[in-house]
Amino acid sequence: MCDCCGLYSLEESERERKRERERGEMRSHGTSESFVKMPTIKFTKLFINGEFVDSVSGKTFETRDPRNGEVIANIAEGDKEDVDLAVRVARAAFDHGPWPRMSGFERARIMMKFADLVEQNIEEVATLDTLDAGKLFSSLKDYELPDAIKSLRYYAGAADKIHGDVLKMSRPLQAYTLLEPIGVVGHIIPWNFPSSSFFVKTSPALAAGCTMVVKPAEQTPLSALYYAHLAKLAGIPDGVLNVITGFGPTAGAAISSHMDIDMVSFTGSTEVGREIMKAAATSNLKPVVLELGGKSPLLIFDDADIDMASDLALFGFSFNKGEVCTAGSRLYVQEGIYDEFVKKLVEKAKGWIVGDPFDPNVCHGPQVDKVQFEKVLSYIEHGNREGATLLTGGKPIGDKGYYIEPTIFTDVKEDMLIVKNEIFGPVVVLMKFKTMEEAIRRANDTTYGLAAGIVTKDLNVANTVSRSIRAGTIWINCYLEEDRDCPFGGYKMSGIGRDLGLEALHKYLQVKSVITPIYNSPWL
Amino acid sequence: MPTIKFTKLFINGEFVDSVSGKTIETTDPRNGEVIAKVAEGGKEDVDLAVKAARAAFDHGPWPRMSGFERARIMMKFADLIEENLEELATLDSLDAGKLFSLGKAIDIPGVISCLRYYAGAADKIHGRTLKMSREFQAYTLLEPIGVVGSIIPWNFPSTMFFIKASPALAAGCTVVMKPAEQTPLSALYYAHLAKMAGVPDGVLNVITGFGPTAGAAISSHMDIDMVSFTGSTEVGREIMKAAATSNLKPVALELGGKSPLLIFDDADIDMASDLALLGVLYNKGEICVAGSRVFVQEGIYDEFVKKLVEKAKAWPIGDPFDPQVRQGPQIDKAQFDKILRYIEHGMREGATLLTGGKPAERQGYYIEPTIFTDVKEDMLIVKDEIFGPVMALMKFKTIEEAIKSANNTRYGLAAGIVTKSLDVANTVSRSIRAGTIWINCYFAFGDDCPFGGCKMSGFGKDHGSEGLHKYLHTKSVVTPIYNSPWL
Repeated sequence: MCDCCGLYSLEESERERKRERERGEMRSHGTSESFVKMPTIKFTKLFINGEFVDSVSGKTFETRDPRNGEVIANIAEGDKEDVDLAVRVARAAFDHGPWPRMSGFERARIMMKFADLVEQNIEEVATLDTLDAGKLFSSLKDYELPDAIKSLRYYAGAADKIHGDVLKMSRPLQAYTLLEPIGVVGHIIPWNFPSSSFFVKTSPALAAGCTMVVKPAEQTPLSALYYAHLAKLAGIPDGVLNVITGFGPTAGAAISSHMDIDMVSFTGSTEVGREIMKAAATSNLKPVVLELGGKSPLLIFDDADIDMASDLALFGFSFNKGEVCTAGSRLYVQEGIYDEFVKKLVEKAKGWIVGDPFDPNVCHGPQVDKVQFEKVLSYIEHGNREGATLLTGGKPIGDKGYYIEPTIFTDVKEDMLIVKNEIFGPVVVLMKFKTMEEAIRRANDTTYGLAAGIVTKDLNVANTVSRSIRAGTIWINCYLEEDRDCPFGGYKMSGIGRDLGLEALHKYLQVKSVITPIYNSPWL
Repeated sequence: MPTIKFTKLFINGEFVDSVSGKTIETTDPRNGEVIAKVAEGGKEDVDLAVKAARAAFDHGPWPRMSGFERARIMMKFADLIEENLEELATLDSLDAGKLFSLGKAIDIPGVISCLRYYAGAADKIHGRTLKMSREFQAYTLLEPIGVVGSIIPWNFPSTMFFIKASPALAAGCTVVMKPAEQTPLSALYYAHLAKMAGVPDGVLNVITGFGPTAGAAISSHMDIDMVSFTGSTEVGREIMKAAATSNLKPVALELGGKSPLLIFDDADIDMASDLALLGVLYNKGEICVAGSRVFVQEGIYDEFVKKLVEKAKAWPIGDPFDPQVRQGPQIDKAQFDKILRYIEHGMREGATLLTGGKPAERQGYYIEPTIFTDVKEDMLIVKDEIFGPVMALMKFKTIEEAIKSANNTRYGLAAGIVTKSLDVANTVSRSIRAGTIWINCYFAFGDDCPFGGCKMSGFGKDHGSEGLHKYLHTKSVVTPIYNSPWL
């Protein structure tokens, strides 16, 4: 699963749908009006130095519900001046405030309290993300948010276990490394997993003792501002965690080019990642960590259980309406089981329910907004024009909102746009292969390198293929599984650096070597 | 004057002319004379080198050997360097005006120990098994990142070659190395020795040439997986931009510095003045970690200055092959002129010149040890990296003031502290924002000791196990498990 969300396991989704079927509550495709839950939107302003404030310009922007395109709320629109204010307080909080000067254990106590508060408000934040992003409410409540909360607890537990090294010098010198908080951090997070991203980024930075400015995606500002409120309640000191809602080219650019931000951590598209790295270089040469796009292959070998493999494949490209950086968007099926597999896959795809994300029977909700919706549809059109065969789906559902069915193309060539580009929607390209070597070569034939999946019972196939595919995460007989202790990130143009695991702490720490001569040491 | 044996590009195990046929002259800074003409590599040559390095990585033996086997070859390489130590030290002294005696005693032995250190690490590169919260087995594989581009500076041509190449080779990567155009000679010799040692063709390629052509071709290459650079902050910026614009390759940058040396009242004045002088004069001040801002506590200031100036005036400058000499010529006319301009600037800005401030009276790019005092923190000579034998000397009262002044810079490469007090040492070492803190010493490096800056001195580390990280990719492998008796 993407570093952002976390947990909707295939087994769980299967069990849920089985239960629904047994209860005879199968629903047909289409949007549903009967699940509208509009809570009061309590937090709509920028969060700077412990207070909710209007933007300097006074401007606001609208955030919309992708079920129907309607405005949910007006949110303060932060720009360069607001980022400057946030950085100033974050700098003061870092250089002089209590946060880095507390012990790791004390920071952990506050982070644990923060986790408890998120847990106590889980339904409300799940609702916000469902409204903002069209994500499944039940999945958020039962899996994604509990996992986001786990990020806070995992890094809280690590905060007092950050170790430097005592070094082996070849002359009478004592040397050790101190792992110091890097300073003021900028986080620019995406809209597909707003809560997961928020905590995957901020938790290790908080644990390390850094202070930060978070810019949520303009499509999904609501939960981030709620978390700012809870952070304050939890006791995070003013200035440590600031949230600037706004747009990429203004607020985001102000962060990546800021002269007083010490590093930037970004998850989003490869194109924007490029701009961020350039801006970082042009400004103060701040290090950047980038989690970018993917076109991840799922390789299904002849010895795979076809039922399990087809479930996995469908899940791999349709989960979260395909808005997942690690979506298994290229399917390679070995020729021995190809025909039977395709039959099963198409059957299951047709049974995948698309509708209101508050409906517990629905498998996926609407695409996040009109822009993404149209982009996915234009790729589908492109696939049709390039001469691919459409096995199922390929069109929107309903006349309101941004709903698209699971779409499967086959008879594709590897140079087609739908095979090369990241579509970021519920669209998969299906291909046949003969030999393992061929599968490896084709799996690697991409500028991306985020993840890959392998379905086989054979130990040697699993080992050879997992070592041969150039990608940051390899799933064997599973897909989209992620966990707190497991590093996540890309090879090649899928990015630089890792989130999750102890690895993720590194980017928020500076290694300082301290060297002193020693005299009369009984050993070297 | 030895015969210059290697003057061509080294690609895929062979010395070849550049595609264009062009050559560069490399000159001797003692007299400006041409030592040799070497091939000038451009974009097409970089393309050929990358093609060879890519083939060597994707299909060749190097990454497929065990770490131990790579280590055997690296150890052989180290042995060959040891056998040719004098010749290599001579090349660097000719090319860069570096002291021959130090090249023999420190630089080249340092190269050998760096190769041996990483050879020893090659079969000890560990991933981890992870603690999953559900029934999964997960572990990380640390894989060689691929084809590495290394762009190295002219101030420590041999040291830099091996700081970059050794960990990359140990990790199983293949390398395209671009030495500085001022100092191509030892790099090409090392290429020859690499082949003799058994490093397979295509694994280590050397393209001599200029930054804006060969260097830019490397940082913007679509098939290089990462770039490691040591050099100026300005060029580091261009490299990071080119990396972003091309294929988003990760970069590691070791850039400039304006490192502070803080001398407290309890310091031994003799030792402290020796250290301070060495801090700006070692390698004629052409060192990124030069202690170019010296802060002395007021209690010992006057006595310290007296000793410092005395020693500066006695500092022997001359031919780098003369074992009595402690400072050779600046590397070339461009650097020589730049340093003199800064000195002139210092005088115009109203700083007091205690000693030096002009070229030495001999042919070649020699500059006298230069000490300025009565400086203000916003003067150019206090803010900018001069990269020459020039010190800005200041007085301080309290430890807090010293820390504040020390941190008042956009750089963060190193810092030094001279004190006997444990508490001063601990507080100050934690409070200065820099990658290396030397307490009662300066320029103390170690193979196991990570080196690299923060702020605008760059990011990423060389040396130590940290130095390996940038040449490795972390891959997580995750599989469900059944009936595990523990989680």
